[in-house]
Amino acid sequence: MRSLLTGLLEWTDARFPLTKLWNEHLAHYYAPKNFNFWYFFGSLALLVLVLQIVTGIWLAMFYKPDAELAFESVEYIMRDVEWGWLIRYMHSTGASAFFIVVYLHMFRALLYGSYKAPRELLWIFGMLIYLCLMAEAFFGYLLPWGQMSYWGAQVIISLFGALPFGVGEALALWIRGDYVVSDATLSRFYALHVVGIPLVLLGLVAAHVMALHEVGSNNPDGVEIKKNKDANGIPMDGVPFHPYYTVKDLWGAGVFLVLFAIVVFYAPEFGGWFLESANFVPANPLQTPEHILPVWYFTPYYAILRAIPDKLTGVIAMFAATLIFFILPWLDRHPVKSVRYRSKLFALLLILFAVTFIVLGWLGTQPPTPGKSELGLRLGELYFAFFLMLWVYSKERTAGFSYRLFGALVVLLLIFDAIRYDEAKQGLMMLSALLPLGYFVTFLLLPVHTRLNESGVEPERVTS
Amino acid sequence: MSNGPDSARRRFLTGAATVVGGAGTACAAWPFASAWQPSERARAIGAPVEVDVGKLEPGARLTVKWRGKPVWIVRRTKETLESLPGLDAVVRDPASDEPQQPEYARNPHRSIKPELLVLVGLCTHLGCSPSYVRKGEGNLGADWQGGFFCPCHGSRFDYAGRVYQGVPAPTNLEVPPHQYLSETRIVIGEDEGTA
Repeated sequence: MRSLLTGLLEWTDARFPLTKLWNEHLAHYYAPKNFNFWYFFGSLALLVLVLQIVTGIWLAMFYKPDAELAFESVEYIMRDVEWGWLIRYMHSTGASAFFIVVYLHMFRALLYGSYKAPRELLWIFGMLIYLCLMAEAFFGYLLPWGQMSYWGAQVIISLFGALPFGVGEALALWIRGDYVVSDATLSRFYALHVVGIPLVLLGLVAAHVMALHEVGSNNPDGVEIKKNKDANGIPMDGVPFHPYYTVKDLWGAGVFLVLFAIVVFYAPEFGGWFLESANFVPANPLQTPEHILPVWYFTPYYAILRAIPDKLTGVIAMFAATLIFFILPWLDRHPVKSVRYRSKLFALLLILFAVTFIVLGWLGTQPPTPGKSELGLRLGELYFAFFLMLWVYSKERTAGFSYRLFGALVVLLLIFDAIRYDEAKQGLMMLSALLPLGYFVTFLLLPVHTRLNESGVEPERVTS
Repeated sequence: MSNGPDSARRRFLTGAATVVGGAGTACAAWPFASAWQPSERARAIGAPVEVDVGKLEPGARLTVKWRGKPVWIVRRTKETLESLPGLDAVVRDPASDEPQQPEYARNPHRSIKPELLVLVGLCTHLGCSPSYVRKGEGNLGADWQGGFFCPCHGSRFDYAGRVYQGVPAPTNLEVPPHQYLSETRIVIGEDEGTA
């Protein structure tokens, strides 16, 4: 029996590099031995991708991409198809799970500087995957053809209408294929959701993994393990991915699936965060629901969009907030990778960015009141200020530089506030201006007068 | 003639082949991009719509569908019309300078007949359909004179569809082309210019 299997393997290896691939990517692929909790999310993202593809194929067997039939066919899946409810809830929960996993995966890169040389392309492939996921989620959300599907798509497509010289209107018309969101829009979104974007996504995931295996994983210490090899050319701080990390990741997958199942079975709508109640009403082109908002994973950007009282500027700011991540490797050029060995102020910067992102996400789900819009605008300023600070902290800055930049930023802030000046909101504007001012004082002036911005020294070898 | 490769000739041929191939690919992309334009059928459905407004009470609003968009017809009261000039200071485009209406609706009341307002009911910000909130209704503050409020991003419009200052919507609500067939019959999507 054994000889038959070895024989088959030898026969295959002579015709296809099976053993070679297995060794290169698993058994002889050395990953740093000090991966921690944050390193679960890459493999979890892969797991969710598989889940989404399988459940998606099954949903496509029952769903009808037609404005007359779509809403009803989803109800049909939920009520009449055997286990249809489970498959659909797995798919809808999977969408949110995907973003949770990917946001944590991205935050890991921020923590340990995983986007820095030589991993810039790896990061860019990852960002392209993130954009594809957003497109996939947006196209998919129209398909149930409920009120929120319909009006959400109407709002997002109209964003393109903000472009000047009639280009925007023509572009929005081209995307919709009609004067309003209609059957034409639904069918093209369906084609993109089930075939177009998934194909691109799979290609990008392959490129992401190939780039990773070319340069090797970063780790919580930011040490390049390939610099310390033993006599056999094996990294001394590395362990073979298989079996060490396949086992670790399987354990992570188990925990993840337990949490996933709890949501699918007990809280598939997740209090309106994963599936919004307005979407249980069929799309009505003549009436916008009282309170329209995107799903949680878009709300940080949405909050930035609507906080700015000018349509075109708001749209530009929203796209800029998403795309700025692409140039992260060239903004943050500090030689130390990991937050463990960077300054205390850098750690604070990261924590504040995470808080800003989460609070913006919450604001994006709230009805727009003057106070919340103002807070959204200020947090939007902090959002972009974070990227500026990454650039500032890339090297030692002189006191003169810091003070000049501080002055320039305060002037910019004043100009911006003068443009949007509104007498009714004067007090609110002055109070909220303390946020960016405090931020700039902390991150630009403290490094001049304290030692809080001094980096540690990266170790030669991983520490644990 | 030498036997070595003629690299200048190779470069030229490679370049020429790239240009021709690129042009071919660009041409092949055209039908795919064009397929996304509104189809002939979608354009045909954009035909004009006739409405009878004889039964519309003062202060009431009627919604009809034109090109799949909501179109509102509101019969304004005398008090409402008189409140309009007082709002000139707080709206962004009081004299309707932006081309959001046909020439015949470019007047203080933005309509052909002063009392009858015809508007496309989609917010000029991001295309939500604003709610009709009369004076004294809703919770839009004590000085709310009545008009339209967009629930999506809080844009406000007065009783002539003029946008207030300090809200996300950039322009007034659109007045569609329309004309009167008789005293009470309106056709939307068609006027003397297009008929």
